[in-house]
Amino acid sequence: MDMEFSPEDLAFQQEVRDFIAENYPAELREKQDEGEEMSKEDFLVWHKILHKKGWIAPAWPVEYGGTGWTPTQRFIWSEETARADCIRLMPFGLAMVGPVIYTFGTPEQKAHFLPRILSGEDWWCQGYSEPGSGSDLASLRTTAIADGDDYIVNGQKTWTTLAQHADWGFFLVRTDKDAKQQEGISFLLIDMKSPGITVRPIITLGGEHEVNEVWLEDVRVPQSQRVYDENKGWTCAKFLLAHERTGIAGVAASKRGIEKVKAIARTEVDGDKPLLANAFFKRKVAELEVDLAALEFTELRSLAGANAGRGPGPESSLLKIKGSEIQQRLTELSLEAVGHYGAPYFRGFGEGDNEHPIGPDYAHRAAPTYFNMRKTTIYGGSNEIQRNIIAKMVLGL
Amino acid sequence: MDFTYTETQDMIRDTLARFLGDTYDFETRQKFINSDSGRDPAIWTALAQELGMLGAPFAEEYGGLGGGALENAIVMEELGKVIGIEPYLPTVVIAGGALKAVGGAQADAMIPEIIAGNAIIAFAYAEPQGRYDLANLRTTARKDGSGYVLSGHKSVVYAAPWATHLLVTARTGGNARDRDGVSLFLIDVNLTGIVRRDYPTVDGNRASEIYFENVAISGDALLGGEGTGLPLIEQIVDEATVAVCAEATGVMQKLHEGTLEYTQQRKQFGVPIAKFQVLQHRMVDMFMEVEQARSMTIMGTLKLELPANERMAAVSAAKAKVARGANFVGQNAIQTHGGIGITQELAIGHYFKRATMIESQFGSHDYHMDRYERIVLAD
Ligand SMILES: Cc1cc2nc3c(=O)[nH]c(=O)nc-3n(C[C@H](O)[C@H](O)[C@H](O)COP(=O)(O)OP(=O)(O)OC[C@H]3O[C@@H](n4cnc5c(N)ncnc54)[C@H](O)[C@@H]3O)c2cc1C
Repeated sequence: MDMEFSPEDLAFQQEVRDFIAENYPAELREKQDEGEEMSKEDFLVWHKILHKKGWIAPAWPVEYGGTGWTPTQRFIWSEETARADCIRLMPFGLAMVGPVIYTFGTPEQKAHFLPRILSGEDWWCQGYSEPGSGSDLASLRTTAIADGDDYIVNGQKTWTTLAQHADWGFFLVRTDKDAKQQEGISFLLIDMKSPGITVRPIITLGGEHEVNEVWLEDVRVPQSQRVYDENKGWTCAKFLLAHERTGIAGVAASKRGIEKVKAIARTEVDGDKPLLANAFFKRKVAELEVDLAALEFTELRSLAGANAGRGPGPESSLLKIKGSEIQQRLTELSLEAVGHYGAPYFRGFGEGDNEHPIGPDYAHRAAPTYFNMRKTTIYGGSNEIQRNIIAKMVLGL
Repeated sequence: MDFTYTETQDMIRDTLARFLGDTYDFETRQKFINSDSGRDPAIWTALAQELGMLGAPFAEEYGGLGGGALENAIVMEELGKVIGIEPYLPTVVIAGGALKAVGGAQADAMIPEIIAGNAIIAFAYAEPQGRYDLANLRTTARKDGSGYVLSGHKSVVYAAPWATHLLVTARTGGNARDRDGVSLFLIDVNLTGIVRRDYPTVDGNRASEIYFENVAISGDALLGGEGTGLPLIEQIVDEATVAVCAEATGVMQKLHEGTLEYTQQRKQFGVPIAKFQVLQHRMVDMFMEVEQARSMTIMGTLKLELPANERMAAVSAAKAKVARGANFVGQNAIQTHGGIGITQELAIGHYFKRATMIESQFGSHDYHMDRYERIVLAD
């Protein structure tokens, strides 16, 4: 057993660091540091730089545009991008529908969609959840009825993340009403500009427009945009759930988060000392670091398993549960750190006035982020559902 | 021992609950908190003039209902149930409390104005460097003839955009964080040199940064003794802290009830999600937190009259417990709702936001545990 990176890994790490230092856009960095809202274009600049370099899809097989990195190199990559606070890449194309298409898609689907995912030309959204089908996804009711070479799709999806930017969506729809729940579902790729699609914003607790309702009314979808067999969509969905597990724990991002909390707590004063010198606060930061170390080494063990060719198992639910809890505690600690300045709501500040500022910049998003991050234990299979999975699949109960 | 409320207290609660039931439904609240001014002034006027509610803790000779801290707690709990933004806390509990304590001509002049609904008084005590330490002040009031000149910056002053007056803590002597040299002033909000930046808060209130740029104030603005104001300030902030615990109880009760109701309607896997035992136990835990918040509020309120150390220990115990409880109940209400819990559309998220701000108002869990330990476990 050893936990050292090999000399090749260390050289790779240096290469990655140099690349980021030389290529990460300064304007984007500035916007991030000032806590500004990211536009669709902002998300795409870094995507396009990585695409040009050939590093956009480390997890993909080389034949479809992957980098051919080892799992350790991929781990280094995600560590380094988080350490440098690079903007996150949207997962819907790269981590979700892309792998479904290269695994189950037709040659035509692969040829058409994969290059466009890699280049960032198409922005994807995920149309699974419905008002009546959240945790119990297999009960979904959106229907697709065959009509010649097409399907006619009707129904409502909800919580669709960033659908307002999306060119395409991947949807789970019911193609057989009589089959057992999981067996009557198909996986469709739908052009979001199709007639009959309406996207309506849902505003979340921090005031952000991040999720949407998507209404589908007699939307005509060519059957050639179905991935895999009719009524086999659940297989794609399950594959997708199990597929992209690296990064689910968010270890690298949380490490960066802890550094940010520490920076705030070094600036904030408590009596005649920095807040970080307050024994109670310091203990909470330390506990978070310890828990993060436990998560990191649990993830590394599962990564070592992947290196040895074992696929990720249901124990990845552990990574999701602990990772999301840590992300939430981080936001809780930031909010605690900023004290009174957690209360002002930055979206209502109006005209700027540098002589009479409203608290430090780092405080402005503390509360909205804390509110917003409650989502992490709800989405992607709620933590209750993840615990059910561990109970059943790992403990055999 | 008797924990029953008097008939008058029951009457206050019922009257107020009925009034808020009619005027303060969630949609109406959202409409006025999102309006330019962020409030509906008619509600404050009605509270004063139709219900006499702003006189709840004041003696009858001022035109009040003759109550005290228990009556304040009743009003605050009812406001909590509707996530009310009415400035009862700073105006009636805090400024009213200070005026009651100092008495005399200042009380005779201002208390009737509060009761009539004419005065709204914001409490400008927090400063950027001060956290929850009431003596950590850089704002100064320098003696100038018979009056003072006020300079400094006060943070996140709730209700200041609506205020007619400000209750300000400032240093008339001593160094930052000294117990001596702290004074309390009640001043008009429109004096020359007061610069305000108003903004909404995450919990639906309005607040301001207040900058005093050499503001000339008269000598009779001083409440209590010059330089000896800290004990009075600590007392009124303790009264305010249990009042906030009472508000929290109302907020938490609604979070719990809303969750119970939702889980019985929401079906997944063919059954109401309330059937899942893990959610049942969680809702039981929430219930227990609500009950304990209520108990601690009553305990803290009843002990406000005790000598300062006992009072502070009791108030800190109450606030520490309620802060944890509000955190637990708020987070679990959202979690148990699933996605719908994190939208602006449902009331539940707005209760959660208020519960979150209450956690640290007048001191976080850590702050109050620390104060408790220093008083009770000092050897
Ligand atoms: C910010 C955000 C972004 C999202 N983005 C997308 C997206 O892009 N595309 C998409 O398709 N979906 C998306 N979702 C939807 C997400 O996957 C669902 O919210 C999630 O599956 C939970 O479903 P629900 O919200 O309907 O809650 P429900 O399923 O109604 O659950 C409510 C509560 O009951 C609990 N519960 C349910 N069943 C059980 C059980 N058997 N045992 C114990 N407890 C149980 C849950 O854990 C939860 O606490 C997003 C959600 C959020 C919040």
